[in-house]
Amino acid sequence: MAVTLSETQIERYSRHILLKQVGGKGQKKILESSVLLVGAGGLGSPAALYLAAAGVGKLGIVDFDKVDLSNLQRQPLHHTPDVGKPKVVSAAETIASLNPDVQVVPYTAKLTSENIMGVIAGYDVIVDGSDNFPTRYLVNDACVFAGKPLVHGSIFLFEGQATVFQPGKGCYRCLYPTPPPPGAVPSCQEVGVIGVLPGVVGLIQATEAIKLVLGIGTSLAGYLLVYDALDMEFHKVKLRRNAACPVCGDHPTVTKLIDYEQFCGVAVTADHGSHA
Amino acid sequence: MDEKQNGLLDLRGVSCPMNWVRTKMVLEDMEIGEKLEVWLDDGEPIRNVPRSIKDEGHKLLKVSPVEDYFRVVIERG
Repeated sequence: MAVTLSETQIERYSRHILLKQVGGKGQKKILESSVLLVGAGGLGSPAALYLAAAGVGKLGIVDFDKVDLSNLQRQPLHHTPDVGKPKVVSAAETIASLNPDVQVVPYTAKLTSENIMGVIAGYDVIVDGSDNFPTRYLVNDACVFAGKPLVHGSIFLFEGQATVFQPGKGCYRCLYPTPPPPGAVPSCQEVGVIGVLPGVVGLIQATEAIKLVLGIGTSLAGYLLVYDALDMEFHKVKLRRNAACPVCGDHPTVTKLIDYEQFCGVAVTADHGSHA
Repeated sequence: MDEKQNGLLDLRGVSCPMNWVRTKMVLEDMEIGEKLEVWLDDGEPIRNVPRSIKDEGHKLLKVSPVEDYFRVVIERG
């Protein structure tokens, strides 16, 4: 392998190296890996912080939003002086100070059917930390078409969900074939969110991403993990690939990427589609 | 540090767990059956590192006390 760990890296990652399932070889895999985070918000914050701390070599971060004071209650990737900065800039600064081994690739353009394939092409694992259905479906469909593993996470009120979609073994549309109609589900901007909830779910996503990179353990693929923060309960619900799935089923009807905003006729405003 | 010469790792003065981390890094790059000698301080190092060596499937061929430290010969498992 090309990467040789320096003395400082051996010390920095010593607690990984000590693990039988990781070791120096596993740490080299992490350093050579690339992970794309869709969203630098509530889910993306803990995921970005811990993936960077772990030494993921290339961390792509997609977010077109700016840091708002109301984000800081649940997005510790961004700090008070960062308010007003583009989230990807704030994220890159925090990560540079946390771990200089990590190359952050910022994407400020909104993901669309036009650009998403090019963005995800350069990454081993995609982590979806978006908070809106158009992005979630676009990322799902693009990962199906590109054959990329997708680590899904979402939150609502006091409940979180996470799973892994492995190419050929089911996708988000197997679970929810089409997006809900616009306005049917309130966005995070309209309802509250307990700040610790995306922290837990985002770290479950980061854990799954690291396991995929290392090729260790058993991933959440085939299961939806449902977390109820109020009652502190975790449930695993079995998921199966749906043969009638519109995108990854036996006779797919969705054969190209869809920009759901336009499809649904929802007005795109400056803060629409921002990330949790 | 010039401590990996000729299959010898001088870990005197290196505390736990970095002494085992460094041993492990060298063992990972060796072939099965190859030998490595490490020098470990008395106390925690000599109590902990040999156990970790065995836990990860390597063989402890020899542990010999020398003055205030130990010479430990490992066979890569």
